[in-house]
Amino acid sequence: LMASSSSSSSAQQRLRIIAGHLQKRPEDENASVAAQECKAEAPRSEPSSATPVPRRRQEIMKWNGWGYSDSRFLFNKKGQAEFTGKRYRLSGLILPSLKDWFEGTFGANLQHRSPATPSLNLSAVAPPNLNQPFVEDLKAAGLTVSHDPEDRVFRAHGHCLHEVFALREGRIGRVPDTVVWPSCHSDVEKIVELACEHNVCLIPYGGGTSVSSALECPREESRSIVSLDTSQMSRILWIDEKNLTAHVEAGIIGQDLERQLNERGFCTGHEPDSMEFSSLGGWVATRASGMKKNIYGNIEDLVVHIKMVTPRGVIEKSCLGPRMSTGPDIHHFILGSEGTLGVVTEVTLKIRPIPEYQKYGSVVFPNFQQGVACLREVARQRCAPASIRLMDNEQFQFGEFCFFLILLSFFCFDPQHLCVATLLFEGDRGKVLQHEKQVYDIAAKFGGLAAGEDNGQRGYMLTFVIAYLRDLGMDYYVIGESFETSVPWDRVLDLCRNVKERIVRECKERGVQFPPLSTSRVTQTYDAGACVYFYFAFNYRGLSDPVHVYEQVEHAAREEILANGGSLSHHHGVGKLRKEWMKESVSGVGLGMLKSVKEYVDPQNIFGNRNLL
Amino acid sequence: MASRALYSVSVLQHFCMLSDKILHACNTCSVNLSLLPSFNIFFRGNIKHISCPVSSESGDSTECVAEEASLILDEMAHRLQLSTVRFFVFTLSKAFKRLFRSVCVNEEGIQRLQQAVQEHPVVLLPSHRSYMDFLMMSYLLYMYDLPLPVIAAGMDFMSMKFVGEMLRMSGAFFIRRSFGGDKLYWAVFSEYVKTMLRNGYAPIEFFLEGTRSRTCKSLTPKTGLLNIVMEPFFKGELFDVNLVPVSISYERILEESLYARELLGIPKPKESTSGLLKARRVLSEDYGSMYVYFGHPVSVRSLTEGKITRSQYNLLPRCIPQKPSADTHEFLNDAAFRLVRIQEENMVLKPWVLIATLLLQNPDGMDLSSLAEQTDWLRHLALAFGAYLDWPDHEACSEVISCSLALHRHLLSVSAGHVQLSVTDAPQVESTPEEAVFHQAVVVLSCASYRNQILHVFLRPALLAVAMQSANSNRKDDVYNCFNFLRNMFSNEFILCPGDSVQDFEEACYLLMKRGVLQVLEHEIVMSASGHSTLAFLSSVLDPFLQGYQVVSRYLCEETNENLTEKEFIPAVRNFALKLILAGRLKCYEALSSDLQKNALAAFLRLKAVRKVKVGDQVTLKVNKIAVNSLEDTLGKSDVTSHQNSWCSSMAMFEIAI
Repeated sequence: LMASSSSSSSAQQRLRIIAGHLQKRPEDENASVAAQECKAEAPRSEPSSATPVPRRRQEIMKWNGWGYSDSRFLFNKKGQAEFTGKRYRLSGLILPSLKDWFEGTFGANLQHRSPATPSLNLSAVAPPNLNQPFVEDLKAAGLTVSHDPEDRVFRAHGHCLHEVFALREGRIGRVPDTVVWPSCHSDVEKIVELACEHNVCLIPYGGGTSVSSALECPREESRSIVSLDTSQMSRILWIDEKNLTAHVEAGIIGQDLERQLNERGFCTGHEPDSMEFSSLGGWVATRASGMKKNIYGNIEDLVVHIKMVTPRGVIEKSCLGPRMSTGPDIHHFILGSEGTLGVVTEVTLKIRPIPEYQKYGSVVFPNFQQGVACLREVARQRCAPASIRLMDNEQFQFGEFCFFLILLSFFCFDPQHLCVATLLFEGDRGKVLQHEKQVYDIAAKFGGLAAGEDNGQRGYMLTFVIAYLRDLGMDYYVIGESFETSVPWDRVLDLCRNVKERIVRECKERGVQFPPLSTSRVTQTYDAGACVYFYFAFNYRGLSDPVHVYEQVEHAAREEILANGGSLSHHHGVGKLRKEWMKESVSGVGLGMLKSVKEYVDPQNIFGNRNLL
Repeated sequence: MASRALYSVSVLQHFCMLSDKILHACNTCSVNLSLLPSFNIFFRGNIKHISCPVSSESGDSTECVAEEASLILDEMAHRLQLSTVRFFVFTLSKAFKRLFRSVCVNEEGIQRLQQAVQEHPVVLLPSHRSYMDFLMMSYLLYMYDLPLPVIAAGMDFMSMKFVGEMLRMSGAFFIRRSFGGDKLYWAVFSEYVKTMLRNGYAPIEFFLEGTRSRTCKSLTPKTGLLNIVMEPFFKGELFDVNLVPVSISYERILEESLYARELLGIPKPKESTSGLLKARRVLSEDYGSMYVYFGHPVSVRSLTEGKITRSQYNLLPRCIPQKPSADTHEFLNDAAFRLVRIQEENMVLKPWVLIATLLLQNPDGMDLSSLAEQTDWLRHLALAFGAYLDWPDHEACSEVISCSLALHRHLLSVSAGHVQLSVTDAPQVESTPEEAVFHQAVVVLSCASYRNQILHVFLRPALLAVAMQSANSNRKDDVYNCFNFLRNMFSNEFILCPGDSVQDFEEACYLLMKRGVLQVLEHEIVMSASGHSTLAFLSSVLDPFLQGYQVVSRYLCEETNENLTEKEFIPAVRNFALKLILAGRLKCYEALSSDLQKNALAAFLRLKAVRKVKVGDQVTLKVNKIAVNSLEDTLGKSDVTSHQNSWCSSMAMFEIAI
């Protein structure tokens, strides 16, 4: 930073030129863009009370990859990347420069393909280990039950790399023996009661977007495993406009909840990146975090009341008071319990009127350090917009390729250090504009230059398609994943640098032939720290067991995170993937407290997914 | 070990003769010097940061403390200037050319260093035998176009007029020799070093041993600075730090007789410019060759793997200085010992070292022919034990020996084919018997400083050899117990990594077995028929130390009054030893060495045979005579193998003490 001032001023000038070009989109001047446009269009046009997710999810969603079956990236015959389907803004578009980025970054080659098994081989699925009396009692109670292999396989995994990789290779491990679809709270009570009576293992299933091996069936489980799919419990039971709360069944999917509330003029404002597919119950069970938490709060700030069915009975509070001093908050035993204690059936949430005005924005910084310093200052002044995210240089370069910002490369600036922050402001128009100015003024102090609304919006759009990109990579010997942490402000830079370097080094040591993509971004700001995301991917040609190598590297990366003062997880949860670090993270006593709660609530280990503890 | 010996030969062939290099590199110095002045300003900005915790503790106002911190910084900071460096390089290259026949550097080590500097911040850890060390380091790095280091130098240099400032401008920063209690000083100092390291301004250089070794034995390493340079890694501020051990050895040490006099109690002259000018005399003498070996960089990250839980630093703000935890301290100590052992292993040894060893064992002198024969024998033994010996390949043994003798002629008298250690430039008039003893002791201690350079090679087998002699039986566990006792006794004297006792024992067994000296069976260790001479040689290597420690313990038992103060200890023991020598009861001049006496006292303190008691301002030594006596008996067994019983009682005593 002490470098000569002349070079920094010329860098400033170049930035200004770039920023000017980025902003050149006059026709967009009046467009006020809603966040929803980034996500997939709703696939169904029925009235909002209809059941949103079909029981046979595989009919509209991939059985061995992310998202909707009709939406995927592919390289067409001309070697150009294309995104299929009609659901997303990117759908149907050709992305000519993605190929160069892809080949350049990973050393991948379109000639070297690693296609997935086209369809599920039913004979690879073990026949169900049924607890006949239990199944009969379920049927007698009028519940919908399935033993269909496709249904069972679909609910045997989340979206960890190893889970999806195995599916693509057609390898099927232990899967649930039965799937049951309750349609209301009392159905769940019935199922749990029967499960206790017949001693079967229940695994609650919401949206299936877990990235912590939470949905994996424990290998050592000898009882019949029943997947309890909450998707049919998706009604908004009431909306209280006086207190601005809504009472909702926990199986509802994020985008459906938001859309239905929007129709009534409200929103929750809870928008995790997985909101197209993840469920309200899942959010509660993992302590989810939404991109707009700066205005609306994380899930623990949003819930007013939770109803959960446990083997001991139903746990809930007796009133809807906004805060209580009645000993430790029982909600906090439920939030983050990861399906080990019971099934969340109904939740009362805070709602807000839909904001009058929304505005995206973006700021280009000369380097990541400056960007982080700016975010820190924004947090210090407590003026963070609804969302503020900072991508590092590697992601900036990706964005560049993806969104045709080739324009930039014509200018002789150093693209090796630039990074970009994307912003989203919400509220009434006057305040948004005022707020925007405040943030841009702070950014200017750190050498940041406004780079236009479009780029901001594109950044958020990327969030929803990035998971599809992983499937494209896997077609060409590239595997990858993201993981997150939270860390005090003063350690953000050091942590990012060390973890990225550790990843590169571990890959090299484990024989990865090509330099990996190892990037980070700051996705949330808090008073005392930030949430940091890592994206990590590499070309695995030449490796005999790429998933094992991947897991070793991710393990090392997590060790590095913990050694650098990062947390075990900010919002993905622990599941089975990160269990080994729980004791270290919460102390032996802390873990013992959690275990004794489990012991009391579920002595038979009916909720036997073995997450967390 | 054999492969290592081969390796060393091949490395030596790659040594380059630096003295032939012409001073052409003056304009190509690659340090980012322009950054350095701004560094001090930048650092000054951080002072408030440092002073806050201190001021809240002491109750002084922050401004007041910041002011004080600023003064400390003025006193401490370096002001690296290229012009000064050039001046130094110019004068030094002249001086070096006059002093040394050649300066040998392992160039592949330089290449490794070049690589390491680009990867992570580098800490240079040279051995410390002479003032020349850090001048030569900076000179070499300059000549090889590497970034110039900033050097943690003792405050005593600063008091030298003009020179202190010159050193400062060539990259030295000064630290007080002791600042135990001064929190602010510690805070400013450690932050200063860490900031330089974190920002990668320049490699940091300091001496693990803390001070110049007067005996040429490596000194027990200090861990304070090591902790400071590792902390940025512990706290996640750096991905890694490369530690580069550097071994600097001299065929003839400039301070040779100065050191010997100092060890004999003639006080060290205060560092002064006039002293340095007087030292010009040294410029006219021949000091042979000098060797600088840059070792493999040791990554702090890999060193700490599995040993340090970095998350222990998560719960305090990183700017707050933290005392190393018990396990960190243990790690630092262990790491420091290992680094010093690397320095030892890479130390280039000259034939003279072998000759000095033999001459010390034969105080009455040797015939040149038998000296040649034994030197050749010793050479093979040393090589088999992994010594890094620079033996001229194409010259006859006798030729090599006469060269060495010529270089060190001031310590010797050679007449009629007979060589003997002796005083050559002695005063015409022998004034007193005491003075005569001291004159001879200077020669012996000077010579011992060369033998000491090879001690690390023979140390473990020698401990085993002595243990074999004094053990009650050939049983392996008996021998091991003796070995362990000696190892404990001498752990202030030699570099013996704490906790490596079993490993050292096995290494010694392996080496002697390989030489055919011993047979190590399942429960027994048996001497081979041909092994006698080797064992005898090895035990006499340790003999001066055994005798010296016995003298110290005898003094503690026989002479001490109740109120022996710590200050009086050294002169009193020296007098005691002197009397024994004058009375003809002691032949071992090394017992006069204050280094040995200090180490012995430290060992007795550690083994709780002596206690320190603070009375008023003075520290007095309380002697447990029974314990000291028993330790002495045990040590005595290796010379006089008659007291069979005392061994066991002493071991029992020793265990209680532990």
